[in-house]
Amino acid sequence: MENGRAAVSPVRAIEVSSLRKAYRDVVAADDVSFAVEHGEIFGIIGPNGSGKTTTVECLQGLRTPDSGAINILGLDPRTQRNALRHRIGSQLQESSLPDRIRVWESLDLFAAMSPRSRDWESLARDWGLYEKRHSAFADLSGGQRQRLFIALALVNQPDLVFLDEMTTGLDPAARHDAWGLIRDVREKGATVVLVTHFMEEAEALCDRVAVFQRGRVLAADTVQGLVARYASASTVRFTHDGDLPWLPGVPGVAEVSRDGSRFAIRGTGAVLAHVAAALVAHGIAPEDLRVERGTLEDVFLNLSGPGHVR
Amino acid sequence: MKALGKLAWIEVKLFAREPIAVIFSFAFPFFVLFIMASVFGNEIEQPEPGEKDPWRGVGPTDYYVPAYIGLVMTSIGVITLPMRITGYREQGVLRRFHAAGVPLGAVLGSQVLVSLGMMLIGTIVIAISSPIAYGTLGPQSLAQTAAAFLLGALAFASIGIFLGSALPSGRSAQGAGLILFFVMMMVSGAGPPRGVLSSTMVAIGDTLPMTHVVLLLQGAWLGQGWDWSAFCVVTAFLVLPGALAWRLFRWG
Repeated sequence: MENGRAAVSPVRAIEVSSLRKAYRDVVAADDVSFAVEHGEIFGIIGPNGSGKTTTVECLQGLRTPDSGAINILGLDPRTQRNALRHRIGSQLQESSLPDRIRVWESLDLFAAMSPRSRDWESLARDWGLYEKRHSAFADLSGGQRQRLFIALALVNQPDLVFLDEMTTGLDPAARHDAWGLIRDVREKGATVVLVTHFMEEAEALCDRVAVFQRGRVLAADTVQGLVARYASASTVRFTHDGDLPWLPGVPGVAEVSRDGSRFAIRGTGAVLAHVAAALVAHGIAPEDLRVERGTLEDVFLNLSGPGHVR
Repeated sequence: MKALGKLAWIEVKLFAREPIAVIFSFAFPFFVLFIMASVFGNEIEQPEPGEKDPWRGVGPTDYYVPAYIGLVMTSIGVITLPMRITGYREQGVLRRFHAAGVPLGAVLGSQVLVSLGMMLIGTIVIAISSPIAYGTLGPQSLAQTAAAFLLGALAFASIGIFLGSALPSGRSAQGAGLILFFVMMMVSGAGPPRGVLSSTMVAIGDTLPMTHVVLLLQGAWLGQGWDWSAFCVVTAFLVLPGALAWRLFRWG
């Protein structure tokens, strides 16, 4: 909180309630409500067209919502965008830079937009861009462009940074590097809002995740909390020759399926422990007994799949 | 002001890195001037009794020098500038600038400044080279010529940011820009002199900004006096499109 950061307001970093935004007859955000605490890495996931980007752009004051209340760092982006823009950083989806602008020119230009800006040379070093500082934007690889966009979002040392599709276009190694740098950003006290298509990224980085669907927030919780609520089923797998007719009666077992000698048992709660105990009690000890737990991807599919439209 | 200065300097460098744009803006008007000079020469014609001299009483090449200065302004105002702004919008450059807090005044102001600079260089190229190459008249009233240049250049910068704000895409800006450019080139004094055009062509020319910018420049350059009616029309083309652009401008 040192190095000249403005005092963090006691309220939450973000509070949104009943945000609505329509474009002509298309409702992009219908009724969006959620809150983000200071210092969190907050993920937003959801299918294309579920209102993620519209919501994030409204939060930054780049779009004006039709209705709803927004509080960002104690400010209203509709009326206090000028005060707000010095305190937020932004990596926008589907936006670009002039083809022939040099890396250093873009960093220098964006740094000039805020008195809080840090020295762009050290920022370029952090993001592996210093050697490329004299390159034209058009000559950068996809990963280098993405790193430049993130660096530009951080140049004013924001208290809150919005990263929309931050790692799209990065190879897996570059993506992991980017995750490390985002954790560093949070360690230094900033709050991060991450819109992403990558479930693995949300699981690895986010303290909490909001699942968007059709302009609404279906759920917002920790990854573990979401999994427990929406993808609590585990699958126990093992191989065994011969019938096991008593399996459906084991506590926690919901469904038994069998493919030759391969058993797959779907269940909830402590199904693994019960199945293992029952197997041993019957004198069976399969060496490959294992459990697959629900992931954020299962949450996503369960919530956004057909039959779960609310 | 810091944003405007930084962005304007970057825009100057970006323009210099695009050789095609540089060549089109500076070389094309000079190339057409070369063709016109070689066709018509620079002898002062004596009009037939009862007819008006279409060359304003000066040699044809003298007549064309201010017209091609007007053409430089037109090409930058209706082609280069609108394509740049619409291209920035399509690529999402404007959205990114907006999110970073680059003020609208800096975005449009830097484009206006760079355009004025390009127009000035193009004008100086013509003003210096044509007296050397063809022995044409220099500006007869420097003060009036400077004033006419500034007004005309600002009017076309204003038209350029209006077109860039109003047109939805780079493709539409290119189409609209090329049509406007060639129509103005033909009927606004840079093609056949207005005195030989049909009344319909003259009427079309009267509605177009380049006609009045050329009239203003010719009056000043050829020492034939300040053209107040042209001045009024050019001022309107300076104020109205700029004001509309400010309202119509969209970041994304």
